[in-house]
Amino acid sequence: MKKIQILGTGCPKCKLLFANAEAAVKSAGIEAQIEKVEKIVDIMKFGVMSTPALVVDGVIKSAGRVLSPEDIRKLLA
Amino acid sequence: MKREFHVLLGLFAAFFGLYFLPVGHARFDGAVLEALHLAKWYAREHVLLCLLPAFFIAGAIGVFVRQNAVMKYFGPKAPKWLSYSVASVSGTILAVCSCTVLPLFGGIYFRGAGLGPAIAFLYSGPAINVLAIVLTARVLGFPLGLARAVGAIAFSVVIGLLMHLIFLKEERAKAAQPQEIFLGADDRPDRPLWQVALYFFSMVGILVFANWARPQETTGLWFAIFKAKWIVTALFAALLGFCLWRFFKVKLAYIVMAAVPAAVLAFALPQYPVATFAAGSAGLAALTFFGGAELKDWRNQSWGFAKQILPLLFMGVLAAGFFLGSPDSVDAGIVPNLWIQALVGDSPQALLSVLGHPNAVAPGWLTFLWPLWTNLFASVTGALMYFATLTEVPILRGLLDSGMGQGPALALLLAGPALSLPSMLVINSILGPKKTLTFVALVVVMATISGMIFGIIVR
Repeated sequence: MKKIQILGTGCPKCKLLFANAEAAVKSAGIEAQIEKVEKIVDIMKFGVMSTPALVVDGVIKSAGRVLSPEDIRKLLA
Repeated sequence: MKREFHVLLGLFAAFFGLYFLPVGHARFDGAVLEALHLAKWYAREHVLLCLLPAFFIAGAIGVFVRQNAVMKYFGPKAPKWLSYSVASVSGTILAVCSCTVLPLFGGIYFRGAGLGPAIAFLYSGPAINVLAIVLTARVLGFPLGLARAVGAIAFSVVIGLLMHLIFLKEERAKAAQPQEIFLGADDRPDRPLWQVALYFFSMVGILVFANWARPQETTGLWFAIFKAKWIVTALFAALLGFCLWRFFKVKLAYIVMAAVPAAVLAFALPQYPVATFAAGSAGLAALTFFGGAELKDWRNQSWGFAKQILPLLFMGVLAAGFFLGSPDSVDAGIVPNLWIQALVGDSPQALLSVLGHPNAVAPGWLTFLWPLWTNLFASVTGALMYFATLTEVPILRGLLDSGMGQGPALALLLAGPALSLPSMLVINSILGPKKTLTFVALVVVMATISGMIFGIIVR
């Protein structure tokens, strides 16, 4: 099972990325746990400067962009 | 059970609010009307020509400006003078959304160039983002808009440097163990800089000339530009169309079709250029459906900003009208002008009348200390108060119309958006109480001093 984390302080873009990640997981038909990381100090621990950021199994995949569900699916494959 | 109790409390509050609603009192009724007047004034004067193009530009910044290109100047190894200068001005292109400021701030502080540049960015970012500058200059007047931008940039460097010097020891220890930052891979197709520049130039041209104010005199260059402003605006719009055609591969036929309604309105209703402008904007929005992924991104980003900012601004305008009145009225808000003048007015006379000595001559020490007091009061209030994105502008307009001095207005603008109680708590979780308090104190002192200087200059 994959672990997906969405880093962001709760702005509209972060919510959009979360929704896109959910859609991607659903359409890919894989098992994954999606988690929001909203505390700024926790976000900093990942070493990301721009939010929203997408982390898969502890590895940063993108920062500062809202990926489309298709983009996220490719990252999960 | 707890939830039900909350509902009950809410109902009670609503009931008592309505039961004692002061409808019928002249002051209250007038204030409600004022709120509507002010909302109408904004809808007529500031939304179409000013906010709409600003949203398009802010959206384009989100799509075409590469954060990574700017971010490398905040790295641990970048030269310090470069970090400071970039930090103080990059808010114009990075901080369009307030939620990007704090993560960037934390990143620069923990992993990048350190405390000084991080503070510089945190301070200048909210004040000089493109929407804030445009709206401040448009609603509050050009001098205050300019003073806000220049003041924010200059003081961000000063405050950043001071913070760095005050906490020099810790900074040295931290710099000894630099960490890597993740900037993110950027796989978007490269677009030549001159294309992006021309595209931004056309949009900024539209924004500037559509908002060209009527100058006082009726001769000279400024008036000539004013008379020709719609023709110049149309030329910039044509340039934007050209950019869409050549760079973004929108079919020329579509662009012409999108321009037709605007052109027809321009000739049919020349006395209402706003109608033409609205039709042109609608045409532009429609065109974004017929381009590539970049145009789709652009549309989504611009729409995102509009959705996020307009409701807040609408509420801010209603509140400002209710409490402070609209520009055309005299002392019609719920807060009497005298109170505002007594706290942050140009002279201490109003304070004396509130205290019951309307004809007394202000003693010398009071006149001397008055600017210090008004600017300090404005700075502290601004630092504690939370302004939702851009709502500081209508609120300040109301305060200025009620008799607030220009100096305290600038002090409030410089201390306000950078700080609020909620943001202090977040900054505190990153920096710790000692640095946070120092930062707040520096901001208040700087804002007070710049307000006093600005007050002397404009007088």
